[in-house]
Amino acid sequence: MAKVPVQFTLNGAEKAEFIDSGTTLLHALRDKIGDTSPKGGCHQGTCGACSVIIDGELRLSCLTLAETCNGATITTTSGLSEGGVLHPLQRAFLDAFATQCGFCTPGMIMAAKVLLDHTPNPSREDVVEALSGNICRCTGYEPIIQAVLTAARSNSQHAA
Amino acid sequence: MELRKSYFADQRKDDLHEIGQPRPRSDSPGHVTGKTAYFADRNFPGMVHLKMVRSPHHHARIRSIDISEAEKHPGVVKVLTAKDVPHNVYTILILIQIGPEDETVLADGKVRWKGEAVVAVLAETERAAQEAAAKVKVDYEVLPAVFDMEEALKPGAPIVNEYHGQNYYLYDSGECRKVRFGDVEAGFAGADHVLEQTYQSSPIEHAPTETTGCVVAPEGNDRFTCYTNTQAMFFTLDNTSIILQMPGNKLHFVGGTVGGGFGGKVDVIVEPIAILGAKLTGHPVSFIYSREEEMQISSPRAAEKVVIKDGVMKDGRIVARKVTGYTDAGAYSRHSPYGAQKGAGHYPGPYTIPNVWIDTYCVYTNRTPSSAMRGFGVTIGDFALEVQMDKLARLIGMDPLEFRFINAYRDGDMKAHRQPTEGAALIECMQEASRAANWPVAEKYLAMSSYAKGA
Amino acid sequence: MALALQTFSTVKDANAALKAAGTRYLGGGTLVVRAANEGDVSVSSLIRSTEPVLSAITVSGSEVHIGASVTMAAIARHPDLAALSGAARAVGGPAIRNMATVGGNLFAPAPYGDFTVALLALDASVSTDGGDLPIETFLAKRESHHAIVTAVGFSLPVDGGFRFLKVSRVKPKGVSVLSIAAVLEQAPDGTVSSARIALGCMADRSMRAKAAEKALLGRKLTSDGIAPALAAASDGTSPVTDPIASAWYRNEVLSVHLGRLLLG
Repeated sequence: MAKVPVQFTLNGAEKAEFIDSGTTLLHALRDKIGDTSPKGGCHQGTCGACSVIIDGELRLSCLTLAETCNGATITTTSGLSEGGVLHPLQRAFLDAFATQCGFCTPGMIMAAKVLLDHTPNPSREDVVEALSGNICRCTGYEPIIQAVLTAARSNSQHAA
Repeated sequence: MELRKSYFADQRKDDLHEIGQPRPRSDSPGHVTGKTAYFADRNFPGMVHLKMVRSPHHHARIRSIDISEAEKHPGVVKVLTAKDVPHNVYTILILIQIGPEDETVLADGKVRWKGEAVVAVLAETERAAQEAAAKVKVDYEVLPAVFDMEEALKPGAPIVNEYHGQNYYLYDSGECRKVRFGDVEAGFAGADHVLEQTYQSSPIEHAPTETTGCVVAPEGNDRFTCYTNTQAMFFTLDNTSIILQMPGNKLHFVGGTVGGGFGGKVDVIVEPIAILGAKLTGHPVSFIYSREEEMQISSPRAAEKVVIKDGVMKDGRIVARKVTGYTDAGAYSRHSPYGAQKGAGHYPGPYTIPNVWIDTYCVYTNRTPSSAMRGFGVTIGDFALEVQMDKLARLIGMDPLEFRFINAYRDGDMKAHRQPTEGAALIECMQEASRAANWPVAEKYLAMSSYAKGA
Repeated sequence: MALALQTFSTVKDANAALKAAGTRYLGGGTLVVRAANEGDVSVSSLIRSTEPVLSAITVSGSEVHIGASVTMAAIARHPDLAALSGAARAVGGPAIRNMATVGGNLFAPAPYGDFTVALLALDASVSTDGGDLPIETFLAKRESHHAIVTAVGFSLPVDGGFRFLKVSRVKPKGVSVLSIAAVLEQAPDGTVSSARIALGCMADRSMRAKAAEKALLGRKLTSDGIAPALAAASDGTSPVTDPIASAWYRNEVLSVHLGRLLLG
């Protein structure tokens, strides 16, 4: 089987791999590069557990072919904390009990990050809309929504 | 959060340090950083992927299976059929003496539900396994199927599962679990009103975000490490030991991190065949349900039918309750005989009733085998019972909450299954609910207590 | 055969590659990659084209051309397409909208394809290298086209002339029970002078409610005025039955939702 090269920036680091053509970005990240923070929940574009940020936009890595990401800048949840310090969203999810089984959490945090990157002071409605493609089956959505609103407030305090 | 300490104050020292205090979850830091290791986060060199060929029929005899084309498909490492499984017929609860063994790991001669596992294909890539699975030829003779529990219990219905011989689970008490307490017919005869209602539910899928699966790595010394998201680690280990005829010390199970379970991951389905694949190929094996498999193949909560007949007095006392419960096990037992039995113990509900008569049936049909889910055996029953309670209250023109106070069980009351009530707190819960929901009840109910009868 | 992706810089070359057996065009991946993930082994070669025209939106006056690779998110945020943003936002969640394309939506089977319902009500034309087709003709034979869709084109209705409603059990993101789009023109006396109504989930693909359209002509948008149209709403429908709703349910509630759309 012919291998194809892919090269992109993942969480600030250059990555280059040879992969099988047709490999999804989810598989390339998890099985080739070893970043297992995006999760495979449905492989149908329904659950959002595999969500990553590609060039500033929220995407589903399970439906994205890795070779279409050449030259892209990709962010995953495993790349959010810097120097052992949690990102405000991670801190807020932790403090708000917004995780239970944890499987949806990395995707939720990605969806929330894109929202806050574009809308630093979101309304509750904005948060619900931004998370609407991500399914949680354990905690209910309320603590997650509260965590995102809390992170937004703590961000704006930092900025002030 | 407010901790109301006035209830049962004399039963407890007020020295709680943890209760009522927020404490960080020990697993949250891993979750929010994406570092928590789920079973599918393990990757091993040379890992092969298992895909299952499944029955397209609800009920059929297998005339023949031809795996020759699949075996030749590029990338295929091994194709497994029933004859490869050392102890192919099993049942999960045999560990607690609930038999007979009634389910096949891979179908042997017959399929009993649409989606049943028939042939396992192991290949270097998921795609190669899928392509080879499409080349397996199975010749089926389709048989009449039965999907409705009452149809299944009728004489002459197609027999779903020959290991049982009839379409219900045979308890030591006979065709159903039975509870007999007092004289229910005398209770109905003396009642002011009798109300009989039927309640039904459909199967419910847990739909965890992480699908069922496992990753198995041979350790090179005839020992196998199985990374799994089972919710029933030791049931799985012991059943795998039986199915593979391997001593338990050859099996190393690593689990405890589950991406959502809700009872949907207590069946022993993926681990034995994946470990067998690792044993027969020498490769690490990954067997992960697709989302469609999770929705269609994994056990749902059982469909249930509950017929409740109650005798009630104008003053609010329930004097007789007769319940017939039916649990749709699907084609195999799994945990359903236990669920139906739980229902028998539970059906009077948290109420003290002097005359009770209960039959619960565990019925086999050609539907997807059902199993555990959050309070299985009692949750649907509770729905039925509480709707019935509201209907009874309406029937006698009484407030539904006050009606429940009158019938609530209290410490010392004998339950229908001959277990004296201890540690009851229903009265106190309802008192608090009355305040919290702003649903006032008469003062005499607020003065009641679970352990001082006489109010 | 393993799955492989072939990328071409021109539509022409992509069309040539699509003539081979086992090929399928890759848009945003929400249909095609999903099928491959679920074990559809009938497709072994995915074809795509990166020709820039496929990603362009041009609006001149009321004439709109949207390249087939344009995403729902791009439509939803385009300042000149505000009338359509509701229909574009009806598709999936935020991540899906960043991926799902206009071209792909034309091929989405019910209960998906909400944006196509809007395009059908707009009486869009569908362009390929072989020429343009009215969308209704295109949809009727969508499985038999062998050239990729390059763009859709339509005229923007006058302000307030376009109405869209998606009915789902879960909000804000849920799969459609049904969706309805309508382009209405009214005479100065308020009577309907022209009507196009398109329905989603009422057949295996988007369809026009022609009996209802006819029954609306010359009528006012009042409860009494629209009654004949509502009575004719399910003429010729054959709704899908799926985990969201049964065909029976969809037919039962169609006139209720059409009424709300017309009176709203």
